Amino acid sequence: MKIENVVCPFCGCLCDDIVVEVEDSRITAVKNACASGRSLFLNAHTQAVQPKVNGEEVDWPQAIDAAARILNDAASPLIYGLSSTASEAQRKAIALADLLGATIDSTSSVCHGPTTIGIQNQGEPTCTLGEVKHRADLLIFWGCNPAEAHQRHFSRYSALAKGKLTPNGRKDRTVVVVDVRPTASSRRADIFLQVRPGCDFEVLAALRALLKGQHLDVDEVGGVGVVQLQDLVERMKSCRFGVIFFGMGVTQTGGKHLNVAELLALVAELNAYTRFTTMPMRGHGNVAGADSTLTWQTGYPFAVNFARGYPQYNPGEFTAVDVLARGEADAALIIASDPVAHFPRQAAQRLSQIPTIVLDPEINLTAQVARVMLPTAIYGVSAAGTAYRMDNVPLPLKKVVESPRPTDEQVLDWMIERVKTCLA
Amino acid sequence: MLGIINGEVYDPRNGINGEVRDIWIEDGKIVSASAASPPELGGTEGGRDAAEIIDATGLVVMPGGVDIHSHIVGAKVNAGRKFRPEDHRDHVRSRTSLGPPFRGEVRGATRSGSGYTVPSTYMTGYLYAEMGYTTVMEAATAPLVARHTHEELEDTPILDKGVFITMGNNHFIMNCIRNGQREKARDYVAWLLEATKGYAIKIVNPGGVENWKWGRNVSELDDEVIGFGVTPRQIVTTLAWINDELGLPHVPHIHAINLGQSGNARTTVEMIEALEGRRAHFCHLQFLSYGGKPGKRLRSGAAEVARAVNEHPNITIDVGQIIFGPATTMTSDGPLQYRLHQLTGNKWLNDDVEGETGGGVVPMQYKRNNPFNAVQWLTGMELFLLIDDPWRVFLTTDHPNAGPFFYYPQVIKLLMDRDYRAEMLAGIHHRARKGALLAELDREYSLYEIAIITRAGTARALGLQNKGHLGVGADADVTIYAKLDDKEEMFARPRYVLKDGEVVVRDGRLVHERPGRTLYVTPPYDAGIEADLRTHFEECYTISFDNYPVAAEYLPHCEVVPCA
Repeated sequence: MKIENVVCPFCGCLCDDIVVEVEDSRITAVKNACASGRSLFLNAHTQAVQPKVNGEEVDWPQAIDAAARILNDAASPLIYGLSSTASEAQRKAIALADLLGATIDSTSSVCHGPTTIGIQNQGEPTCTLGEVKHRADLLIFWGCNPAEAHQRHFSRYSALAKGKLTPNGRKDRTVVVVDVRPTASSRRADIFLQVRPGCDFEVLAALRALLKGQHLDVDEVGGVGVVQLQDLVERMKSCRFGVIFFGMGVTQTGGKHLNVAELLALVAELNAYTRFTTMPMRGHGNVAGADSTLTWQTGYPFAVNFARGYPQYNPGEFTAVDVLARGEADAALIIASDPVAHFPRQAAQRLSQIPTIVLDPEINLTAQVARVMLPTAIYGVSAAGTAYRMDNVPLPLKKVVESPRPTDEQVLDWMIERVKTCLA
Repeated sequence: MLGIINGEVYDPRNGINGEVRDIWIEDGKIVSASAASPPELGGTEGGRDAAEIIDATGLVVMPGGVDIHSHIVGAKVNAGRKFRPEDHRDHVRSRTSLGPPFRGEVRGATRSGSGYTVPSTYMTGYLYAEMGYTTVMEAATAPLVARHTHEELEDTPILDKGVFITMGNNHFIMNCIRNGQREKARDYVAWLLEATKGYAIKIVNPGGVENWKWGRNVSELDDEVIGFGVTPRQIVTTLAWINDELGLPHVPHIHAINLGQSGNARTTVEMIEALEGRRAHFCHLQFLSYGGKPGKRLRSGAAEVARAVNEHPNITIDVGQIIFGPATTMTSDGPLQYRLHQLTGNKWLNDDVEGETGGGVVPMQYKRNNPFNAVQWLTGMELFLLIDDPWRVFLTTDHPNAGPFFYYPQVIKLLMDRDYRAEMLAGIHHRARKGALLAELDREYSLYEIAIITRAGTARALGLQNKGHLGVGADADVTIYAKLDDKEEMFARPRYVLKDGEVVVRDGRLVHERPGRTLYVTPPYDAGIEADLRTHFEECYTISFDNYPVAAEYLPHCEVVPCA
């Protein structure tokens, strides 16, 4: 059976032109996807797996019971992850956090969390990817490497895409890459500006100064010649429609949200000359959805704590790494994420000391230290739902193969019901 | 069966003006509203014994409030929430177990939330219900992100809701107009409303939002839309024709051009006249009723606009009354939002949506002692008092653009109490006050008229046959108020609110959470249009045609409202 227009849930591009062939409930071929997407579909194992409690296989009601007890007994539970599951499951996870008075945080906090803080300071002139495809004649990629991390971004949405005002694709656009080292993306750029590591803020500030017509008394800023910066400013002012895509090279280097706020200010100011927009290169398939669902249910996009009965927001206090590293979390529910593999040692270690519950299709590193392992269907492969693209366009995920496993949403629903009866 | 007996009933659609009536409810519907007990109950005694009774003696009974224009969910609202943590910090709501059992029954729990001008979804549902409103229309959604809007609506409890779909800068429609294919545009609009599960056609700054993608705008009805060769006039008149052809329950819902600018009363009146008698609704008209010269000092142009509205019975309007205090401006009007960013220096969100529309968000603070804001405030008041027919002027604050919806009770007091109004007028900037027409207007709204501008009239304008009245067959959405002299207090804290016949609020506090329904339309269209649409999608969109429509699974609680 051939299934068309499948949305690939791997990265924030959410390419929705994937063709998947299924025979006997197995995916046999994948067309149009990049290497990562193809691998996600082809390696999707969907066989039945029993949940485990303390390493022992149990049935689902027993596993849910154990998980609910852990969460109910905790004084300060943490719910973390969310970015690789559907928004329907995210909404349930937030409901559970509200019910428990828990802390809830998504992978945003170790990724584009500083982007959110920058936006909260400065606003965000942005657009959907179709506007980039059809209008943008100047593309700047700053601290990101789509050629390797968002592999179809160039061809579907940006550098190579042929749009209404850009019928010749790459020839109709100027591509600039700003990064601390040459990358696969910089090799495809017209202009590459190599910034000294940690100097993004200075370079952005210099661009703002030059835009305002101020004279800089130096020859170079952050490793980039002022002549090159002046040239970039002229290109930005005179383009038809410009866009800056930015990644963790901006958000996770020294200065963090200050870098982002500076970048956003520059983009806003450019609108006095022409139309200019910007967009964070969101990584996980539905990390934008995690921001969205948390925001509409609580008012805040990440780092939310319900201990007082209402949502409080404080990155640095309620972010997952911090509540773990400080030893505040006394139980954890990890949904569709692998923090033991990615968190700083102190935070990762805490997860092995406290009762941890993992909800994930994969037996990842976190699952190996977890007290309760709840194996679920794979979103976008064996579970339907909704995901939000990096430009916040929501797309429907298909269930292309059947799986005997429950979905994240179902398991969270069971958990909510069980927690409610425990509370009563 | 549930009875609301001996209440002083205001049901303008059925001509009931403060008469004492008994209202009987069964299966979520009004089954009887009469001076005597319903005959089918087999006499007063037997019927009353069998039913739950709310004794409304001395209380005011109205249909549940119906809001015709409010921004409560979707991409723009959520972007506003996300970038305004400062709005939420001091305005929170705790989760509850809903207090003591109601009639022996424990009614579950409510969700927590936060936000003042942009509250979270659950909180929005609760706050509206606690103010006696049971139906709210989300005023603008870009079709491409309608799926997001419906996800949020499902998380907005109690209220019945509908979504207006922005179409005033849509490439497919503008191409059809240029090529003289209005029938094709009609079929597209019908398809689009079904695909997005929308309720009405919304037009925002027709052509201006497309031009903003070039850093420009439109300022006259006959300005050209770049790349399309069509004009705001053509867009508005074509969509008004389409609306009539499809027999949609509502009319085209129009946010006109030049919003917020001095002298825009002229272009607003021109747009009313351009419709040549076709029905339309003009939203938050206060922002579009200014005199003075373009770029110069702002003055009220309410008299000029109100005259045009009075002379054109095909037009309904809502006011978008300014509330002094914090607000969050959010519209699909991209160039307007950029202008507000420049004027205020406040942070600015912009979001251009491919081939369809755009939008932006800018925080705002309306101040009594700011001459500009003071003029805006009195312009809204003047519109309320100068438009003669209450069935054609409705209460909104264009939430959260002119102020939060939970200030409606204050606006009601301003309309019902001229002394309070005079007191407010005395407190605004002297330059705005000087020579203001408002000082001479001593009209006071009656409770009957308030019932029209907050439920009966809005329900009629929306084409909602089962809302905004208490006649037999109506949805049993009922609000019961204590009759107080202070009208703000009276309307801020209803004694009871019933949704579909169930008590959801008592004494101004939520006692029962239940889901509301999403109302949408499914006008017929020629399915032959899909081939054209597939080509259009391949050329214009970054998502496939098949992934665009919002499937029925997104609306587990819904109701199709029939077209004529």
